[in-house]
Formats: sequence, C-alpha cells, structure tokens
Amino acid sequence: MYAFDYHRPTTLKQAGNLAAKNAEAKLLAGGHTLLPTMKQRLASPPALIDLSGVAELSGIALKGRNLVIGAMTTHAEVAGSDLVKAALPGLAVLAGGIGDPHVRHRGTIGGSVANNDPSADYPAGLLALGATIVTTKRRIPASEFFTSLFSTALEEGEIITRIIVPTGAKFAYQKFRNPASRYAMVGVAVAKKGARVAVAVTGAGADGVFRWAEAEAALARRFTPKSLDGVALPDPKGLNGDIHASAEYRSHLIGVMARRAVLAASGK
Amino acid sequence: MPRVSMRVNGAQVSASVEPRTLLVQFLREHQRLTGTHVGCDTSQCGACVVHVNGKAIKSCTTLALSCEGAEVTTIEGLAAGHDLHPMQAAFRAHHGLQCGFCTPGMIMAAIDMVNRLGPDLSEETIRHELEGNICRCTGYHNIVKAIRAGAAAMGGMPLAAE
Repeated sequence: MYAFDYHRPTTLKQAGNLAAKNAEAKLLAGGHTLLPTMKQRLASPPALIDLSGVAELSGIALKGRNLVIGAMTTHAEVAGSDLVKAALPGLAVLAGGIGDPHVRHRGTIGGSVANNDPSADYPAGLLALGATIVTTKRRIPASEFFTSLFSTALEEGEIITRIIVPTGAKFAYQKFRNPASRYAMVGVAVAKKGARVAVAVTGAGADGVFRWAEAEAALARRFTPKSLDGVALPDPKGLNGDIHASAEYRSHLIGVMARRAVLAASGK
Repeated sequence: MPRVSMRVNGAQVSASVEPRTLLVQFLREHQRLTGTHVGCDTSQCGACVVHVNGKAIKSCTTLALSCEGAEVTTIEGLAAGHDLHPMQAAFRAHHGLQCGFCTPGMIMAAIDMVNRLGPDLSEETIRHELEGNICRCTGYHNIVKAIRAGAAAMGGMPLAAE
C-alpha cells in the first residue's frame, strides 16, 4: 500500500466538507474491497476519508412501508436485524450470504453499492426490489444508479447516506458461488409485488448487473419456476466469460438460479 | 504521524502510526502480540481474526486508525493466567491443529460463533460458519470437534473428549 493522508470525520457534514475539498480522496466504508485494492497498488488515493466514525450513517428503520438502511450498516447487521427479517426476509438472507462472518462484520451496504462489483450481491437485490440510493445530494433509483462494471451514477464528493428499500414484495436471491473465491459466478434476485415482477442478474453481465426482461414477462403471467421453461436465456454475447465459467455456462446458470429464486420467493 | 489509542486485551495502548498501518501490523509490530498471524493478506484465510468491540474481524483488512477507541481482543487475551479459555482447552484436547498457524484465528472465530449463535452448535453450522477460516493441514475434522466441545464448555455443559 502506498502512503496516504487519513481523515476520520464524526459527522456527515464534516465528511461532506472533506470530500468536497479532497477531490482525489476515496471514501472508506468497511474497506473490504478498497484496502485489498490498495494493497495490490491497483488504487493509490492520496487520502482516505474513513466513514466509520460517522454514527448517523448506521442503523435500520422501518418508515411506512420502506426499510431505511444507513449506508454504513454492516452485512451482519442487516442479516441479523429483526426488522429486516420480518419485513423482507430475503434481504436478510442475501446479506447473510455475503463473504464470511468476519467480512460481514465489516462490509457495508453503502460500500457494496458504491463499488458496484459485477459479482456483488446487493446490486442485484436492490435493483430487483426497486430500491432508492440516497446521497448527500439527491435520490437515485437503483435502475439509474448502477451504470456499468465498478461504475455508478455517483459524482465526485457525493456520499451515499442511506438506502430505501420498499417492502411487501415476495423476494429471494440465489447465487452460484465460485468454489474458491465464494463470489457469485451468477446471482439472481427475483421480486414480485402486485403485477410488478423484476429479475435482476449479477456476476454475469458484461456491463454488470442487469434485468432479464423476458423472464420478467413470463413470471408476470404466472409466478412459478415452470413459467421460465422455454424462455430464451440471456445471450452469451452480452455475458462475461473467464477461467471460472464460460459465457454460455453463465447463461445456463442464470436460468437455474432464477428458478431457484422464484421457488424461494414463493416460500418453497 | 497520527496517534491511535485503543484497549488491547484490557490494557490501554497508544502509538503513532502511519495511516496505512493495518490493525494486524499494529498488534504484531507495535504491541508485539505475534499470536495474530498473517496468512494470505487478502482477507480470505482468517489467520488474522481478532475481536473488535466484541466482533470477529480480519485485522489484515482493517486500518489501525479505524480502531480508534475500540476494544480489541487477541488470542493472547483469552487465557486467565495459566488457565486456558475453554475454547483453547478444547482445541488442545481434540487436537484441533497440526502446524498451528491458523489456530489463533480459528479460536477467535469459534468464540465469535458461540457469541452469536450460542453454545449448542451442530457440526453443519460449525462447518458453514468456518467459511472465513482456512486450514491447510487438518481437513477441519478435529477443528470442528474442538469447536463443538469448546462451545459446549463455554455454555457450561462440557462434551466428553473423544
């Protein structure tokens, strides 16, 4: 790791001022992507703004029909939250499947969405659920937030403060993990609320997380795994292929994980 | 250089550190607590697991400065004098190690497991929960046995050693 300057604000206002003044600085949340990237010298920010001291960025609340999750809320906190387990159990399961227990004690929902790793679990879940990412400047629908691999709609100096997740959907996320890294080779999130059905896919798309429209149309007619029989799988041309799995195999896995997610979302 | 203060194994400690100092470096090099190990340095192997504010974390992927004011427990902080912590005793009784390099992280992870899930842990739960700790010697079998017994002992209902 190259040397850097370090700031640890205790309020969001301080953090915002520091971010505005240090255009090249990186925000540090749980650090479980940023610090390894810095160790490999793939990133060498001149300064880090550590958000771990900003208490107002943590916590989970149910406001009306929405879960409001602070950006610095850890995966373990989401997985263990009675509020989340009651209102949206599939989201607690998703958070409880990220990394391992120690990683879940540090990694945060805000850090995960800001990084938009193409294999991360939260982007698929939040896209399927129609969540809103709230920043120090605006509210961004998940459908506009995740733009491409490791890319988001965030602008310089903009800090994610909380994620608003609508409840009331039948929701589940299923992933096929790489046996070594445990990252999703393919992960599929399915949400059904009234007539709206959303199917979001992570780990596979050449441009990162995406929605699978054909599956959504089929599941909107009848919400059962059988509805996906005969539905054209996503074209491998738009998918990633690497040493772990070819694009064709990933395409196949999307169908399998989607069926499993529909079953799980139906409580079966 | 910025100064960082925390409690480590009950003792207040403080040092000037470079911002890039990792918690594991702070513990090993500044505090000379070399029981916490660095195996992979890429947050996969779990040899560096310590407790920060009561939760197991990977100290190779945490900045020392992020732990300002924290309560840190390492493997050295478990025993009471010559009396091993029940989880340490169980690892000895069940021979839950071969080379021993991963053992401090295994024991810290095991105690965290009991703190979160209680003392009655099934083999399946233990194997699943050990996802973040890698052992390249044992094949995990005796580690799992040790954790079951150590967990039961922590709950005050010791299992017989096999």
